[in-house]
Amino acid sequence: MAKFTLNVNGKAHEVDVDPEMPLLWALRDELNMTGTKFGCGIAQCGACTVHIDGQATRSCVTPVEAAAESEIVTIESVAGAEAKAIQDAWIKHDVPQCGYCQSGQIMSAVALLRETPKPTDDDIDAAMTGNICRCATYHRIRAAIKTAAAELKS
Amino acid sequence: MQFLFDKYDPANSQSASEADARGDFSRRTILKSIAGAGAGLVIGLHLPTAAKAQSGAAAVFQDGAAEGMFAPNAFVRIAPDSTVTVLIKHIEFGQGPFTGLTTLVAEELDADWAQMRAQSAPANNELYKNLKFGVQGTGGSTAIANSYLQMRKAGAAARHMLVEAASKAWGVPADEITVKKGVIAHEGKGKTASFGDVAEAASKLTPPQDPFLKEPSEFVLIGTDLPKLDTKAKSTGMAEFTMDKTRPNMLTVLIQRPPVFGGKLKSMDDAETRKVKGVVDVKEVPHGVAVYAEGFWAAKKGRDALKLEWDESEAETRSTAEIVDDFKKSAATTGRVITNEGDAEKALSGGGKTIEAEYVFPYLAHAPMEPEDFLIEATEDGATCWAGSQFQTMDQGAVAKTLGFRPEEVTVNTLFAGGSFGRRATPVADIASECASAVKAIDAKRPVKLVFTREDDISAGFYRPLNVHRLKGSVDADGNITAWDHVLVGQSIMKGTPFEAMMKDGVDPTMVEGASDLPYAIPNKRISFHMKTLKVPPLWWRSVGHTHTAYSTETFLDELLAMGGKDPVAERLRLLGDKHPRYAGVLKAVSELADWGSQVPEGRARGVAVHKSFESYVATIAEVSESDEKGIPRVHKVWSAIDCGVAVNPNIIKAQIEGGIGYGLGHILFAGINLDKGRVVEQNFDTYRSLRINEMPDVQVKIIKSAEAPTGVGEPGVPPIGPAVANAWAKLTGKRVRNLPFATDAA
Repeated sequence: MAKFTLNVNGKAHEVDVDPEMPLLWALRDELNMTGTKFGCGIAQCGACTVHIDGQATRSCVTPVEAAAESEIVTIESVAGAEAKAIQDAWIKHDVPQCGYCQSGQIMSAVALLRETPKPTDDDIDAAMTGNICRCATYHRIRAAIKTAAAELKS
Repeated sequence: MQFLFDKYDPANSQSASEADARGDFSRRTILKSIAGAGAGLVIGLHLPTAAKAQSGAAAVFQDGAAEGMFAPNAFVRIAPDSTVTVLIKHIEFGQGPFTGLTTLVAEELDADWAQMRAQSAPANNELYKNLKFGVQGTGGSTAIANSYLQMRKAGAAARHMLVEAASKAWGVPADEITVKKGVIAHEGKGKTASFGDVAEAASKLTPPQDPFLKEPSEFVLIGTDLPKLDTKAKSTGMAEFTMDKTRPNMLTVLIQRPPVFGGKLKSMDDAETRKVKGVVDVKEVPHGVAVYAEGFWAAKKGRDALKLEWDESEAETRSTAEIVDDFKKSAATTGRVITNEGDAEKALSGGGKTIEAEYVFPYLAHAPMEPEDFLIEATEDGATCWAGSQFQTMDQGAVAKTLGFRPEEVTVNTLFAGGSFGRRATPVADIASECASAVKAIDAKRPVKLVFTREDDISAGFYRPLNVHRLKGSVDADGNITAWDHVLVGQSIMKGTPFEAMMKDGVDPTMVEGASDLPYAIPNKRISFHMKTLKVPPLWWRSVGHTHTAYSTETFLDELLAMGGKDPVAERLRLLGDKHPRYAGVLKAVSELADWGSQVPEGRARGVAVHKSFESYVATIAEVSESDEKGIPRVHKVWSAIDCGVAVNPNIIKAQIEGGIGYGLGHILFAGINLDKGRVVEQNFDTYRSLRINEMPDVQVKIIKSAEAPTGVGEPGVPPIGPAVANAWAKLTGKRVRNLPFATDAA
C-alpha cells in the first residue's frame, strides 16, 4: 500500500492503496465516484473512460501511481461547451438504452469534439471504436455527435 | 403462502442431483402451460382474479406511500405537488418500460407528461406479476404487451377518482368535468384544479371496478415520441446500477467457479489469498470459492492467488468440435416430428433439384455491458436485495430459500441494469443464489455485493445453446418449392427448470419456435428435432430460438428461391399468400422503404428476410459489400419494417429495432463461445468480439400503423438481420455461410 494524491474534478484526494490498483477502482471504491463504469478490465470496451490531462483514457488499466499528480476529470463533472453540447445532443437523440456504457461514450465524444470540432464519419469511427455499446446505440451516438458539432459551430 | 421454491434449492442447480430436485419442484410450479407452439417466451395467459381486479384492489405500498399520497391502486401515486409516480413492475435495462408503462397510465389519466415519474416496483408477486407469466418477471418482449390494459386501467381508475373528488367539491356532475394535460376543469363554473388539489379527497373514495377506457382514436400520448424518462440520468453518470450501490460495511465478493461445467472443488489452498491486503475471508460455497474483500481490487487480487484443484470426473470435458460432431450425427436422422404436412421424403426423391444444407450455430454469451452483480444485506428478520433483477419472483425465492426466510421477508429493490439480453433471467436464479450463498457462508455478518468480472460473465455458462440444423429441400422444373425437411438439434432451455411446466408433450417450444411455424405454402413439410443433454447451462438469449431458426429457414428458403430463379421478395409474398397478411405487410413495407429492385451501387448486394417472433412481424433488407476482412461483409444500410400492433412510443420501438439489428449483426459476424476440453476459450471482448461503431450500418425503420393490441419490440429486431445479411452476401459472393459466425466460416 502507498499514499497517493489524486486530482479528480478539481479536488485533491488522498488515497492509501495498492499502487497497482487501477484508477477505475480508486475512483469507484475509494472515492465513491461511480459514474465511471467497469466493463472489461482490459481496455477493450471503454466504459471506464475518463480524461487524464485532457486525454480520453481507459481508467481500468491505468494504475493509480501513473495517474497521481495528473488532472483527472470524470463524467460527474465534465464541463465546458463541448460537454454541454454532447450531453444535450445525447438527450435530444434519446441515445441511451441500458445506459451503462454511456459515461464512457460521452467522455470519448467530448474529447473528440475538443480535438476535432467538425468530425467526419471516419473521425467519429476512429475516436469511438474503442467504446463498446452492447445495446448498439451506435446509430444515435453518431447522430448525436454530429448534432453537437453543429450546435458548437453555430 | 404456498411458494414456488418449497423444495427447490437453486444453490444446487449445477450439481448432478439437480434433476430430482428440479423434478420435485416442477410439479409444484404455478406456471401454466404454454398457450401454443411458436409463441416464444410467452407463457400461458394466466390471469388470476387479483390481477384482473387490479384496478379495484386497494393495494398496500411497501415503500414510498408517503403521507398525503393518493394511492388508488398498486401502480399509481399522486403527490400533493401533483407529480404522478408510476410503479414499474418490469426491469428497465434499455428496452423502455419506465417510459412505456408510464405513458399508458398518463394517457388514461390525461396527465401532462412533465408531471410523470417512474419508479421500480418492489418484488411482490401478487401485485406485480407479469400477466403472461404468472410470476413477476421480464422477458419474451412482454412488458408492454402484458401491461397494456392493466396500466391503462390503473390510470383510468385514478382519473375517475380525481374527477369524482372534484365533482363533490364543486357540486357539479362528474360527466361535466374535463381533464386535460393534468388540469381538472368545469367550464360552466369556471373551476380548475390540479391533481394534487384533489388528491387527498380522492384518496377517501372507493376505486371503480371497471373504469372507462379511451378508444385508440382518442389517444393523445400513446403513439407519440415522448422523451424517455431515464435518458438524462443515463447521460450524466447519475443513473444508479447495482455495480454502483454500496451499503455500510459492505464486502465485495468474487467467486472462482469451476473451470469446466459440472466440475467440483477438490482442494483449496488460500494461504496466498489471505495475505492480500483487503481480503477479509475465503469460503467454499456451492458454486465454487468465494473471496471476500474490502473492494473489487483486493477481491480480484485475492482470487487470482487461490490455488485450487477441481474434480472433473462428472464434468463436460469435450471440445466444441466433438460436441458439434455428436450433434451432426443426430442431425443426419429425422428427430421427433412436430410438423408434418404432405410427404416430404417422397417429394424430395421426386426428381426435382434438391439442396441439402447443414448449419452450425455456436454457444453465445449475452455479455451485458454491466457484468452480473447482486447485493444482499441480511438481518435476523429478513434480507434486502439490490439488483438488476429480471425475474424478481425467482430471485426473491432463491434468496429466501438459501437464507432460510419466507419470500415475503425478502425485499428486492430492482435497479437499472446495464443490459441483460436474457442473462439476468435465469430460471434457476444463479446470480441471486450465488450471492445469497456467499452471505450465508459468513453468517450474514456483513452485506455482500457479488461482482462478476467480464471473464466470469463470458465463461460462466448460461449461453444461447449450440445448435445444428439440417435442411433438405427440392424445387420442381418451374422453380416451385416442393419439399422442406428441417431437423434441429439443440439443448432445451426449459427442461429441469421451473419453466418445464411450459413444455407440452416433451417439446420445449424455445428449441423450435420460428421453425415449427414456417408460414410459407410448401406442399410437403416435415420439421423434427433432437434434444441433447449437456452440462453447459443453456439460457434464453435475445429472441431465444429465433436466433437460429430465422437464420436457417430464411437463408435456406432464399437458396431454394435462387435455385428456382425467383425474386426473393415477390416469391416470398406468393408463398405467404393471403393467409399471413401481417408477414406480407412488413415485407411489402420494407421493399418499398428500400426501393427493392432499384439499382444497387457497384460492388454491393442486397438480401431480405422476414420473421415473426413474440407476436411481432419484422422484415429486413440489408445492403452489403466486401470489407477489408476476408469473409466478413461490410453492412452499409439496413431497412426494417415492424408490425407490433399499437405503437405506444415509436421512438423507443425504432431504438429497439436499431439495437436489435446491431446486437444480432455483431454475433452473426463475430461471436461464438468455444470449448477446449470443456474450458471456455473466449474470456473477454478481445476474443468474444462485439460489434463496434464503425461496423454499425445506417438503419431506417418503418412502423406499420395498427390498432391491434401491442406486441413485443425488445427482441423481434434481432432474428431477421442475420439471414438478410447472409442472403445479401450470397448474392454478392456466391458463398452461403452456414457455419456461424461469419468469422469462423471464413477461417
